[in-house]
Amino acid sequence: MIAESLAGKRIAITGSTGFVGTALVERILRSVPDCDLVLLVRDGKRTKAAKRVEKELLRNDAFDRLREQYNAPGSSESFAEMTARRITTIAGDVSSDGLGLSDDDRRTFSTADVVIHSAATVSFDSPLDRAVEINLLGPVRIAELCHALGITPHLVAVSTCYVAGNRRGNAPEVLVSEGPFDIGLSWKAEVAAARRLRSDNDALSRQPDQLARFRKEARNELGAAGAPALAAKTEQIRERWVRDQLVEAGRSRAASVGWPDAYAFTKALGEQALTDTVAEHGGDVPVSIVRPSIIESAWAEPHPGWIRGFRMAEPVILSYAKGLLSQFPGVPEGTIDVIPVDIVVSAIIAVAAVGPEAAPPITQVASGGINPLTYRMLIDYVSTWFGEHPLYDPKGQPIVLPEWRFPGRGKVEGELRRANRVLGWSEKTLQALPLRGKQAELAATIESRRAEVEAATQYVELYGLYTECEAIYQVDNLLAVDRLLDDVDHEVFQLDPRIVDWHHYATNIHLPAIVQHARVKTTPGKSRSTDRMVRLRKQVLDPKRHVAAFDLENTLIASNVVESYSFLATRRLNTPERIRYVLRTLSEAPGLLRMDRRDRTDFLRHFYRRYEDAPIEQIELDVQAMMHELILTKSFPEGMRRVRDHRAAGHRTVLITGALEFNVAPLKPLFDEIIAAEMTTTADGRYTGEMKSVPPTGETRAQLLSDYCDAEGFRLDECVAYADSSSDLPLFEAVGFPVAVNPETRLATIARKRGWLVEHWSKAQGAPKPLLPIGPMLNDRERRRRFVSSGGGR
Amino acid sequence: MPRPGFVLDVDKSTPPVLFWRGEGFSLEKLPADRSRIIYPAEPLPGLDDPDGHIRDALLNPHDMEPLPALLRPDMKLTICFDDASLSLPKMRRPDIRQRIIEAVLDHAAEAGVDDIHIIAALGLHRRMHDYELRHVLGDRIFDAFEPRGLLYQHDAEDPDNLAVLGETDHGEVLEINKRVAESDLVVYANVNQVAMDGGWKSITTGFASYRCLANHHTPTHLQETKSLMGHRDHSALHKSIWRLGKVLRDNGPKIFQVETSINTAAFPDTFGFLSKREWEWTAKDRALYLATEKSLKRMPNRAKRKIFHSMEAPYEMTSVQAGFTPSVHEITLEHVYEQHLVPVEGQTDILTMGIPFICPYNPEGIMNPILVMCMGLGYMFNMYRNKPLVRDGGVIIMTHPTYREFNPVHHPSYIDFFDEVLADTTDPVVMAEKYERKYAEDEWYTHLYRTGNAYHGVHPFYAWYWGAHGQQWAGKVIVVGGDPSTVRRLGFTPASTMDDAFEIASDVVGRSPSISHLHVPGVLVADVH
Repeated sequence: MIAESLAGKRIAITGSTGFVGTALVERILRSVPDCDLVLLVRDGKRTKAAKRVEKELLRNDAFDRLREQYNAPGSSESFAEMTARRITTIAGDVSSDGLGLSDDDRRTFSTADVVIHSAATVSFDSPLDRAVEINLLGPVRIAELCHALGITPHLVAVSTCYVAGNRRGNAPEVLVSEGPFDIGLSWKAEVAAARRLRSDNDALSRQPDQLARFRKEARNELGAAGAPALAAKTEQIRERWVRDQLVEAGRSRAASVGWPDAYAFTKALGEQALTDTVAEHGGDVPVSIVRPSIIESAWAEPHPGWIRGFRMAEPVILSYAKGLLSQFPGVPEGTIDVIPVDIVVSAIIAVAAVGPEAAPPITQVASGGINPLTYRMLIDYVSTWFGEHPLYDPKGQPIVLPEWRFPGRGKVEGELRRANRVLGWSEKTLQALPLRGKQAELAATIESRRAEVEAATQYVELYGLYTECEAIYQVDNLLAVDRLLDDVDHEVFQLDPRIVDWHHYATNIHLPAIVQHARVKTTPGKSRSTDRMVRLRKQVLDPKRHVAAFDLENTLIASNVVESYSFLATRRLNTPERIRYVLRTLSEAPGLLRMDRRDRTDFLRHFYRRYEDAPIEQIELDVQAMMHELILTKSFPEGMRRVRDHRAAGHRTVLITGALEFNVAPLKPLFDEIIAAEMTTTADGRYTGEMKSVPPTGETRAQLLSDYCDAEGFRLDECVAYADSSSDLPLFEAVGFPVAVNPETRLATIARKRGWLVEHWSKAQGAPKPLLPIGPMLNDRERRRRFVSSGGGR
Repeated sequence: MPRPGFVLDVDKSTPPVLFWRGEGFSLEKLPADRSRIIYPAEPLPGLDDPDGHIRDALLNPHDMEPLPALLRPDMKLTICFDDASLSLPKMRRPDIRQRIIEAVLDHAAEAGVDDIHIIAALGLHRRMHDYELRHVLGDRIFDAFEPRGLLYQHDAEDPDNLAVLGETDHGEVLEINKRVAESDLVVYANVNQVAMDGGWKSITTGFASYRCLANHHTPTHLQETKSLMGHRDHSALHKSIWRLGKVLRDNGPKIFQVETSINTAAFPDTFGFLSKREWEWTAKDRALYLATEKSLKRMPNRAKRKIFHSMEAPYEMTSVQAGFTPSVHEITLEHVYEQHLVPVEGQTDILTMGIPFICPYNPEGIMNPILVMCMGLGYMFNMYRNKPLVRDGGVIIMTHPTYREFNPVHHPSYIDFFDEVLADTTDPVVMAEKYERKYAEDEWYTHLYRTGNAYHGVHPFYAWYWGAHGQQWAGKVIVVGGDPSTVRRLGFTPASTMDDAFEIASDVVGRSPSISHLHVPGVLVADVH
């Protein structure tokens, strides 16, 4: 009956790239052969709507079954041909008025016989205004558009059972405003308030003291990464802050009027707003609302365990299996109202098929009322299953599951907050220490651990309410719709929640599916991250790359400009002069360090003034000596080898350093190009102490490398860059293959997050370790013999 | 009268015997009744008036005219000398080379020779530091020649300063330093510490280009070098060198070879116990040994090295002869053998040896793992004439800490060799094929060799090939007290104690093997019959 009644119809669907939407489109294409689809999809940032349908929807594994069927030999039509014939994509957005449709698309939309509205922001922590625009005003805009176009399609709006709010006992299939607990909220007032909150918070975020705070935060995160990178980060932090304010506003507003979160709250008002709007326009557009509870992986269609994206229970279950979350609040006998996605999809199609007259105004699709899954059952299934199929930690040890004690919410939150505080404190301390290499990686590990705990805290805060919710959702209307179907329909579309055997569903369908989906470690043995490094290393040395750019200090050698200068300045001095030099430099050190932290370029300019009046000829000689007596002893042999490996692979090698050109001259045989700080000279063969141009540090490096590539005809995305500090972030971001060498804490964190190759290079074991980076001590006779005749010290 | 070397059969009353362990020592008890210790001869007395003997040798050369007769004012004179790889440890000032060169310069001044260059026969070794040049040549020569650029070191990678002198009947090209090749007279001041030094080797290797050395520094040549210290005919390396020497004699400059032999007085009084026989140690020696051993144990490697490398040996010259190279070299060999040869009856199943802190390739540097192999299998294993001390397929046990330490200034290519080449193979033939070229032609190594104080890029290969014969000969090599992973990388077996080592060796040589211990310090060549 369903296939016949929808035959020849045109069904418009919003939210088709979402979880329910994907399953819905697939199901209609497969089980309702003679209808067309109009998909309303937003243009992505880079991808157009039609492309998105192809990439994000049709390539999903939900369509594997269909694809196989159509692409099988003997099929009259390929999968692509079939989808092209039956699907029309129109670009639109439910959060803008008139859905932002072009005239053509409006015409297309106006041909729809049924509109299924399933677009929503289902995230439980959406900012309030975003939730209002999409969940509350989305349905209103669709009703308005229908009115404007003068059409009266059957509008099936997907909502949620949780619109019933925080309550105990039965929740019937009626509008909130018709129920006993309505407090008479005006949805129009809520819309206005949410919009005002957005502009208020935005204004607040632009206050000078706030901006200063964001800047500081950005600097803490990035270090001296240069002005453009810092600016981008600051703006990102500001936007995040505004968002956080609105998330918080949504949560507290929802809680204050009796809903678990902004999602349920805005959905509830959305139902009301839709009903009101339709009524305002004369009630011509017939509306049916479908309210699923918590939608989870498929029971049977398109295949058992099919899921798209991570929903609400999965992160919690995985956190538990990983040992992150030892407890989750909830009452053991409470009901977790879960419903497999294919039942929801069947219900939506059935409601559309029975038509506006026969369909109940509100249909709840939930299990709690007739086939309940209790919290204790779920925990039993989960812990038994993970007991038999444990996850493994990175060292290859199985993770032991904690025993569940069904604690209250406050207790769990307290525990997590404490853990978060300790980790946060350790992280801050480690960030502040001048760590490099392996220790810095430890800090990065703590950071990601803290992020995980923070996420767990959020789950508890967000979802805790749901596990404590004791409303029982009635499904009388659902069963009534089911009774309208014939035997053929019952074969194909199963919408009775009683078919689900929870034990089978949890242990054989849902848990294996999410473990597979999450790509977590399910086998013993060491983590494969070293393999990953080997793979990345291979990529980096692939002959296809064009250029390998290297930073110098702490990337190839464990030394810096101050050491080079000290060596050159003291090489020709006698002992008392050396002592004076060392004392003076030590007294200046804190100031220099401060200046370096604030701005590398300023520091270099200031420091290089010391070379004023240095004779070029003498420096040239001394630099040769420095190469062998200082630089080589501090070099990283693996780094030096890597430079030549790149050469052997046919790459150009480039050195980009803030050090002075004449100081790095002895490294010329290693590099095709040296980009270094250049100093002007006087006519009588001395250095002036002034720079020819801005020394290559921070963001200038990215620019210089890009210029080099342009001039030589290379592509930046085929460049490899080696550096050690977060101030090289612009360089890292510019190239295709960043490599963090002995990263300091901040960079280690970033490299880990972005999956960059990390190298730990060290000096040769047994290399001489001079106490101070000064020229070798000579006895006075030797010193005079060597140097006095050729011009003496400086 | 110094006592000659001899073989001591170990019995129950034999005290524990001294083993070098890098920058330290240990005393090890060898199994009674089947072990023997080969002791070197005591140092021969030095010549009383070395300068007088040198003058005499220059005026009464063998198969050549006296030096003054060879000198004329308008000539190109080049004076060559062995680099810092000789002697080991460095000898007290004045060095023999200084004495010889000063004497030669006196004659040259008398004859009014203006065009004089003094060049260190560096081969592919690292350039010497100025202070090392001063040590070898003395301040007078250094200050007179170095500032004017007349004292310098051979550069095997300087294409402008190499000359091809010809080819041997085996197709080996002789390419050497251009100044040397184009001189009217070359005077070479040799220190012949061991039998393989000197003769035609001085110039054909010391001034050769890489391409020229590659003629005979190959795995096959060194595997076929069955006696490095014994007769030339058993050494493919020396045969090749003598062929090149013939080309040098026929096509090259006139060479006035000055060779010297030294005794084995390698250690100053503080380390006197090192050169004594253990059962003759006095209470003072024992106390000194204990004090030294204990304090060395507590010191970091860096500090230990500083102590050992600053040691200067009170070597004395035992002979000096000059003239036509082959004639001179035969006499030198006799003198060297007089000091070194110890007659030994037959081979044993196991050869034990203590590896010292120094080998020819780490003066003032670190005895890195590759040099441990080179010293053990390349030098000490080869201290024999006729046949090796250990039987074919026997076991060699060395004692050395074999730490994974490298001097990045001296041995940059050794680091990469260890990380890259040895991680792949320890077979000299395979590595020669797969890696030698890459290292030999690496621009960066070449740059460091030419401008810094680094060994040539190919040098770790040569150091490794040096042990190629020993590697083939030994059924197993065990290192006692070495860092296990490093020892394994070398292809050897690590053991923590000498007893463990014997236990491990029993797989190869059975439960009661015969053992020879090569007693160093002191240098000896076992004359095995």
